Amino acid sequence: MDIKDFIAPFAVWKRAFEKPFTVKKPIDDRPGAPRYRGFHINDADKCVGCGTCEAICMNKAIDMVPAPGHDAGPGDSGLRPRIDYGRCCWCALCVDICPSGSLGMSNEYVWIDSDPEVFRYTPGVEPKPWDGAELGYRRAEGYRLLDEHRVDMPELHHAEAVKSFLELVRGYSRQQAEKEADRCVSCGVCIASCPAHMDIPGYIKAVRDGELDTGLRLLYETNPFPEACGRICTHLCEEACSIGTGGDPVAIRWLKRYIADQVELSDYAKALPRAEAPTGRKVAVVGAGPGGLSAAYYLTLLGYKVTVFEKDGEAGGMLRYGIPEYRLPYPALDKDIGYIESLGVGIKRGVSIGKEITLAKLRADYDAVYLSTGLPTAYGLEVPGDKHPRVLDGVAVLAAATRGEELRLGERVAVIGGGNVAMDAARTALRHGAKVDILYRRREQDMPADAEEISEAKAEGARLVEKAIPLEVKDAAGAYAGKSAIFVWNDAVMVQKEPGKRPVPEPIPGAVREERYDSIIAAIGQGPDLSFVAESDGVPMKRFKPIVDADGKASTGTVAGAPVFAGGDLVNDRKDAISAIADGHRAAVGIDRLLGGKGA
Amino acid sequence: MKRDAMPRIPPEEKATFDLESGKYLVMWQGPQHPGITGNMSLRLVIEGDTVVDCETHVGYLHRGFEKLMERRLYMQNFPLVCRIAVPEPDFNEYCYAAALEELAGIEIPDKAVWLRTLSLEMIRLASFLMWIGGQAGAFGHGTIAQWSVTMRDYVLDLFEELSGGRIYHMYIIPGGVRGDVPKGFLQHVLETMDIIKKNLDDIELVMFHNAVYKMRAQGLGCIPPEWVDKYGITGPNARAAGVARDLRKDIGYLAYPRLDFQPLVGKVSDAYERSQLRLGEMYQAIDLIRQIVELMPKDGPFREKLPNPLYWKIPAGETYVAAECTRGEYGFYVVSDGSDKPRRIAVRGPSYTHAVSVMERLVRGVNIADVAGLMVSLHTYPPEIER
Repeated sequence: MDIKDFIAPFAVWKRAFEKPFTVKKPIDDRPGAPRYRGFHINDADKCVGCGTCEAICMNKAIDMVPAPGHDAGPGDSGLRPRIDYGRCCWCALCVDICPSGSLGMSNEYVWIDSDPEVFRYTPGVEPKPWDGAELGYRRAEGYRLLDEHRVDMPELHHAEAVKSFLELVRGYSRQQAEKEADRCVSCGVCIASCPAHMDIPGYIKAVRDGELDTGLRLLYETNPFPEACGRICTHLCEEACSIGTGGDPVAIRWLKRYIADQVELSDYAKALPRAEAPTGRKVAVVGAGPGGLSAAYYLTLLGYKVTVFEKDGEAGGMLRYGIPEYRLPYPALDKDIGYIESLGVGIKRGVSIGKEITLAKLRADYDAVYLSTGLPTAYGLEVPGDKHPRVLDGVAVLAAATRGEELRLGERVAVIGGGNVAMDAARTALRHGAKVDILYRRREQDMPADAEEISEAKAEGARLVEKAIPLEVKDAAGAYAGKSAIFVWNDAVMVQKEPGKRPVPEPIPGAVREERYDSIIAAIGQGPDLSFVAESDGVPMKRFKPIVDADGKASTGTVAGAPVFAGGDLVNDRKDAISAIADGHRAAVGIDRLLGGKGA
Repeated sequence: MKRDAMPRIPPEEKATFDLESGKYLVMWQGPQHPGITGNMSLRLVIEGDTVVDCETHVGYLHRGFEKLMERRLYMQNFPLVCRIAVPEPDFNEYCYAAALEELAGIEIPDKAVWLRTLSLEMIRLASFLMWIGGQAGAFGHGTIAQWSVTMRDYVLDLFEELSGGRIYHMYIIPGGVRGDVPKGFLQHVLETMDIIKKNLDDIELVMFHNAVYKMRAQGLGCIPPEWVDKYGITGPNARAAGVARDLRKDIGYLAYPRLDFQPLVGKVSDAYERSQLRLGEMYQAIDLIRQIVELMPKDGPFREKLPNPLYWKIPAGETYVAAECTRGEYGFYVVSDGSDKPRRIAVRGPSYTHAVSVMERLVRGVNIADVAGLMVSLHTYPPEIER
């Protein structure tokens, strides 16, 4: 102890003359730091209500609740996160994981109210002073808890692909599939957008957990065509996928394919349900496409004896005759159909209704009839000269390719149309060595074909001619007469005629062009062929469509006989395989109910 | 008093006292008492104004962290662990993250290594600043706390800037950290370190050259070196007794092997020497922070991509990851059974031994007015005793 120990403490007095650390009015605004984790903000329009924030919240402080002004729809659950500040710990894991990036935190931290109830609110839906705050916690650049990038699918290179009909997409390995399945957050927003309402999170979980038998069982609950749909489905689910709001959507379609590819057909029976005891009733299905065979599958499970009538030599409908082998190889389709047949479904191939057997006879012999005949008749170009022998029909070209017939398309091929049939026809022609132009009356972004089909067709060498309105087909002159045709079209400009509606092409006066082609493939749509329905059958029609449907709202008027159901492309507007499959399932349920079953 | 002389060593064995004799008074200090760190209590047996016996009572803060963690996903535990030691949450965050990374075989980017080190040294400084206010206050010197808690707030301002939170930073996440340093942050760090260093000089002058503090703290609660291993004493409490044990050197985790520092050691681990050593460690932390700011890579990734946190499964295994916190060895023992939730997590906090076994013995023979000062000089945090 020395004298310093008695004097030194008085040094505190020097602070009396310094500026104090404290402020006079502590309540003065002291803004939180730019990264401050304050009250939540949510861009409710960007949010899709996937509920991943709710899933990660360790305090269960988040509830997904219906939000006024945000209705459920494709890719939106209609729910928005409500935060309970009695439970929230401001960890911001919800912000870190939010797939769409709509959630954030403001840097506001003062909120005083005597009513405890107000501290539970839905950000972005109930207005708060900090809405739209620019400062506050946001996910840092380059930092995400979820992987925004899809696992690359091994594919044949375009230069290689165009030389053969080998399947382009090679399929995931186990490691790739499990990694891709890990990207899913099981929000289930996709389920509503799938026409068949498949249990997508369920089978993705099965992939993740390596339980493929469970996965297969879940697939077959709603879709007996997993091999086909795993390749060519229009995958509305992926458009709805919440992960897709901030990155690549989960490759749902390819995970489905992975399950079906991995399980051998001989092991299917072990994983899938057995048919119930026979009911003793018989159902006739017209058309062995995906819709008809789906109805047959589910009816067989319910104990019905089902006979399917198919006009072509092979079952599969458009899946076989409308989709080229490089997208859907026949062995894959045969696997799906093989399992359905193995349950005892009888498929009568090469039997046309209306020729070999009438609808009236079916209605007399069976307890119910399901029409799933699709749209086999191609629309014509409807321009002068469209009956020229070199004007071909897209569906017929694809069917001929399936049957292994020689196509003889020539060197220069024009494909008219912008749908998937047009793309398939163009790519088939490319594989036969032709030089292909695709002519479409609107722009590329207006094409109804899948974006990947368009980009692949272009990558394989097809030339796209946009805004081309067909005018006429002329016979070629000279040496080409009768062997080639000249396609004449008018260049167009897109005009916005009515606000809110899609622009329409208007011909540019005088901008008429023509080109000589060895084949002109028209692929501008197809219609039904209902020539087998006689007036005496009593099936009500409207605009060439039966107005009976797959739900059992069957109306066959006063004509006696079994009730008639219809589904698939024939009836619905989506015109894709998965909608037909969904219709087939609905029809099976509807038929069972009508015939006294429980429908499930 | 000569500093080299070993002060009185309290008896280790528990004696029995006839509480009915009228000679003794049983008195509770805590759980609500300014002289108690956090919520715990001491059941003191007093003879006159001298404590003859003590029992530590804990449980007031028990929230069952270890059990809670067994029911949560690995990533969901990350906001939970920081609550185990409120004044220095980052050590929990680091040990938990490092344990998971070790079990899952994840290498974190170099930038994250440096940012984690920076975060741990900043919280070391903040924690000591709060402690020194309590230590001075326990001996009636309230002014120090006015200064040091302000200085701590300056460090918390830095944390707010870096992580978005002042108390619970939740910055060290499995895989790395949650963000790079914001613009201008490192400059703020250096400026704040200058301010704090100047204040520490003042504190050193006013607190450690103070007759009252010296008279009361010197010789109080002396830990003999042979107790160190016997009771598992770590950190400044052990180093003040001359045992040069510092995990930052001994196991060399994070960026510490690349930093220039030597563990500080004392001779006599009494309340005065322990506080002096901690003051030295505050200066050391400032020095380390300056080194980190200088050596840290300017850019690069700060987090390694992990699997989807909703299903993150960690291969079966077990590990123990430890770090040198302000009070000694802080560790997480994590057992995984290969599922998406931990099978068992045990948290090793230094306060368990310091506040229970050591405190109960050191307090024997101490004047009742010095109990608070002794308690604070062991620097304990009750929440980590009762995870």
